[in-house]
Amino acid sequence: MNGDIQKLLNILLNGLTQGIVIAAFALALVLIFRSTRIINFAQGSQAMFTTYVALTLLNRDFPYWAAFAIALAAGFLIGAVLERVVIRPLEGGMELNIVIATLGLYVAIQALAAILFGSDYQSFPSPVGVNGFQVGDTNLALTPTSIFILCTVGVVVVGLTLLFQKTQLGLTMRAAAFDGEVSRILGVKVSHLLTFGWALAGLVGAVAGILVASGQFIYPSYMETLIVFGFIAAVIGGLDSPVGAVVGGLLLGLVNSLVSGYVASGLVTLAAFVLLMVVLLLKPGGLFSSTKTRRV
Amino acid sequence: MSTDSTTKRLLDLNLTRNLLISLAVLVAGMLLLESTDRYTNTQLSSLTYYAIAAIGLTALTGLNGQISLGHGALMAVGAYTTALMLDTETPLPFPVVALVAVVVTSVVGFVVGIGAARLHGPYLAGATLALAVALPSVALYFKGTFNGEVGLTVASPRPPEWFVSFIDAVSGEFATSSKYVAYLGLMCLVVALFFALNLRRSKIGRHWRAVRDQEVAAEIAGINLGRTRVQAFVISAAYAGLAGAVMAIVVRLAAPSAFTIVLSLSVLTAAVIGGLGSITGAFIGAAVLVFLPPWVTSLSTGSGLSDTQAAQMSPLIYGIVLILVMLLAPGGVMGTLSTAWRRARLRRPNPATPTQKG
Amino acid sequence: MAHQPTSARRSRRLVLGAALAASALVVAACGGGGDGGDSNDPGLTEDSIKIGGHFPLTGVAAPGYSEIPLGHKAYYDFVNANGGVSGRDIEFIAKDDGYNPAKTSEVVNELVLKDEVFAIVAGLGTPTHQAVTNFLNAEGVPDLTVSSGSLLWDDPKEKPMTFGWQPDYESEGKVIGQYIAENLPDAKVGVFGQDDELGEDGTRGLEQYIADQIVSKVTYVPGNTDVGPQIAELQKSGADVVVGFNVPSYTALSQLVSMKLNYKPTWFYTNVGSDSGLVGSLLEEFSKGAIKGSSPLAGVYTTTYMPQASEPDNEWTKLWQKVWDEYGDGSPLTNYKVYGMSQAFTLVDALNRAGDDLSRESIVETFEQDGSKLSGPNYVPFRYSEDRHAGIGGLKLVQIQADGTTADKTPVLQTDVGDAEIEEFTGDVGTPPESGIPGS
Repeated sequence: MNGDIQKLLNILLNGLTQGIVIAAFALALVLIFRSTRIINFAQGSQAMFTTYVALTLLNRDFPYWAAFAIALAAGFLIGAVLERVVIRPLEGGMELNIVIATLGLYVAIQALAAILFGSDYQSFPSPVGVNGFQVGDTNLALTPTSIFILCTVGVVVVGLTLLFQKTQLGLTMRAAAFDGEVSRILGVKVSHLLTFGWALAGLVGAVAGILVASGQFIYPSYMETLIVFGFIAAVIGGLDSPVGAVVGGLLLGLVNSLVSGYVASGLVTLAAFVLLMVVLLLKPGGLFSSTKTRRV
Repeated sequence: MSTDSTTKRLLDLNLTRNLLISLAVLVAGMLLLESTDRYTNTQLSSLTYYAIAAIGLTALTGLNGQISLGHGALMAVGAYTTALMLDTETPLPFPVVALVAVVVTSVVGFVVGIGAARLHGPYLAGATLALAVALPSVALYFKGTFNGEVGLTVASPRPPEWFVSFIDAVSGEFATSSKYVAYLGLMCLVVALFFALNLRRSKIGRHWRAVRDQEVAAEIAGINLGRTRVQAFVISAAYAGLAGAVMAIVVRLAAPSAFTIVLSLSVLTAAVIGGLGSITGAFIGAAVLVFLPPWVTSLSTGSGLSDTQAAQMSPLIYGIVLILVMLLAPGGVMGTLSTAWRRARLRRPNPATPTQKG
Repeated sequence: MAHQPTSARRSRRLVLGAALAASALVVAACGGGGDGGDSNDPGLTEDSIKIGGHFPLTGVAAPGYSEIPLGHKAYYDFVNANGGVSGRDIEFIAKDDGYNPAKTSEVVNELVLKDEVFAIVAGLGTPTHQAVTNFLNAEGVPDLTVSSGSLLWDDPKEKPMTFGWQPDYESEGKVIGQYIAENLPDAKVGVFGQDDELGEDGTRGLEQYIADQIVSKVTYVPGNTDVGPQIAELQKSGADVVVGFNVPSYTALSQLVSMKLNYKPTWFYTNVGSDSGLVGSLLEEFSKGAIKGSSPLAGVYTTTYMPQASEPDNEWTKLWQKVWDEYGDGSPLTNYKVYGMSQAFTLVDALNRAGDDLSRESIVETFEQDGSKLSGPNYVPFRYSEDRHAGIGGLKLVQIQADGTTADKTPVLQTDVGDAEIEEFTGDVGTPPESGIPGS
């Protein structure tokens, strides 16, 4: 096959894999935004921490899926605890205060991880292989690990969709997010729902943390770029739409990969900024925003 | 006619008051610089640029209600402008250079502000965060001008004759270049402070607050929302540009790795933990940024931790402090103090009108 | 590149003179004298020498680099336990700058003005250290063995107090280029470079020999861990030899992505990027199906300028292992710790040579006068002299074997920046003294 076409194909495949991971992380941000209207800057640190939990278990010869499940449970628990202890008391105050508190958590959790787990590189295994597929004489930038990542994010998206559209809990959460006061009057325990929202986001974030790490190396600040890209993807998607997060993530992943492959690796962040500004200038609420655009 | 003259007198009163406050800060700053050792002097130099940036951000966020996670990038614009202008055989005097840095950064701020004016809350946060990570990559890409990763070395301005004899007269000491830089930082801070004090009392400041608190009402009252937002962004960018100029001569280098997202977030936390909208708060926040990390580190090494462990303690404690301040003093340090002050006054039998916090 | 030796000396004298005049003023103003010792320089007492450096101990650059000060600390503890340097114990302070030049300037201010160190040693990183060289030179603080292969530290005229340490990236590029030109003349060569002076200086050296063989040059920006597009481009160009000028984590990343793309060129990595212990153990996890116990980097070419942690039978490595076992924190010996201990060894030698007359001026003079005689594990002597402040002047090319050890592909070679010839080094490659401490 023509070398140029193989390059283009592989850059697109590479963008797809990068994008789906960004999407997974953006989903976690969107979950919290839907229920509390704030951006959780600590999400990346939480995900990093639970990935270290998984790695610690794996190093003690736990089976992969057991470690995976325990990390997810830890993510769920950490999300719930943080909501109860740090976020709950700040509810009703200035939004910016919650933002600062999550920034504090972001810094503190990362420092804590460095103290507990050390700041060295450690490799994080993938349950499947990391060698690419070959079709004829074409080498594809697609590995069993990237398919594992794609499938896992698919499962998460389907799971969340079912939760929000088919279950009583999910419907109540949407109602509470839409109008907390009315839900409260109708007898819904909104506060429990908020905790559940954070816990769920913690769980999805934990999945994202493990997916980024799969077949890669981790260190306490390995989530740093993903926090920024995940946030940008979530904003592109409209912040409160899970579909938007996935679309935003994929779009960003592809643009990043194309710019890096055909222009310069250094201009990736600039491209992300330009993409975001273009989207926001056309649709100030993002691509899939359900809230009506505010007047200007 | 009579209302006009009253306004005028009030204005004069305000001007005089603000001038006095600024002069007091100048004198206090000089006393501080002359009574502390050289290391503390350098810390105070760092404090000046953090404080200038935090004052600008506290104006934007506190008065106008816009959030920016990208002020570090705007500081980079100011710093690189300064580095480029000082890199000649006969550089212009620093005040001129700083002024150019302010103008250039304001222009960038204007462009960003036009985009930002349409955005709210988290969308604005996202856009400015993206700016913060995007702008340093411009310096990496245009290597010819900005020298890539290594960055531009900044020639420290040399202390002029009059300054040397001035310091000699004040303290009998030899004026080093870092002393001169500290004084330049102080001067910039005082100028920044004077403008900020006037701004909050001016028509512009009132408009900003109106837009923050009652968007619709403000619009009905004839305030152009879009223009007000852009205006706030430009002025805040001007502050960031000045902060960048001071940072360039304090750090002696403008390089992409100095303007990471961490800087933007640090400036924001400085503005909030001190007390959003309060200039004194911006000072307190900047002081926390400068003095807390080395204090924690030396405390940690003092208690027997290794250098690495001590280094890790510093962000841990910083993070915990941020959380605790938000939990225990949601109005920031100044907000909480002024609330307490008002409560105390209200409890008196004959309550006076609550004074505005400054 | 030749500098006038006299002017170098004069400017250093001037700096020292100004600094001494300033400190004399301070001393006079305070009415106090020095606290013992033969010199009144800061950081020196009768029984101690205080030195410090800046390193990324937290943040993105911390993995790996944060181990260098551990090597220093362990070696100084070893020296102190054996009587110190002329009766003085070495006190070493490592400060965290998070690889941020603004922080570097803050912590170096703290080291120089508050902790009052005698010298800054092993300051790490190019942009970070660049932020403080002017200050250190203006203050007259010796700025020794900078941990970066940039050419910026070799500037005796402007920076009389600053001395480099490791071979510069350009010389490394030249040695690799010559090897490829002689042994792989038909190879199509791709360059994988970090987008800073590591990639630029290295590529410049490479191009002196094989400019016509290079078919593709790609760069990555540190921080962007996605190198998929760069490797895809190299694959497209048909390069069957790739030279990487990158840091260790990007060696691992480039190997992983190549695995993904089924791209199997012959890889060359410079010394900086080829920490075979670190990269090997990172990759081991992913090289399932490979022969057990075989190094994932087997077949990769790299350069060395001193014995590595992966050469347990080498006398120097034995010394490092012994020191680390006794004074380390129990973690395994790595090349980063070896790097730190090697720097520390040379510094101790210089301090010993300056002897009882130790002062800021005498240590700089020792580096300039005895520079090429300073001992250490390096194969080729330092290039230090009155008109050169560049560090180690040569290296050899090796290939990593299946068992993780290395096999020599060239003799030890000596070279320099610019059009200096590459010559075989014929001098002795030293062994460590019995005691493990230079000059005793």
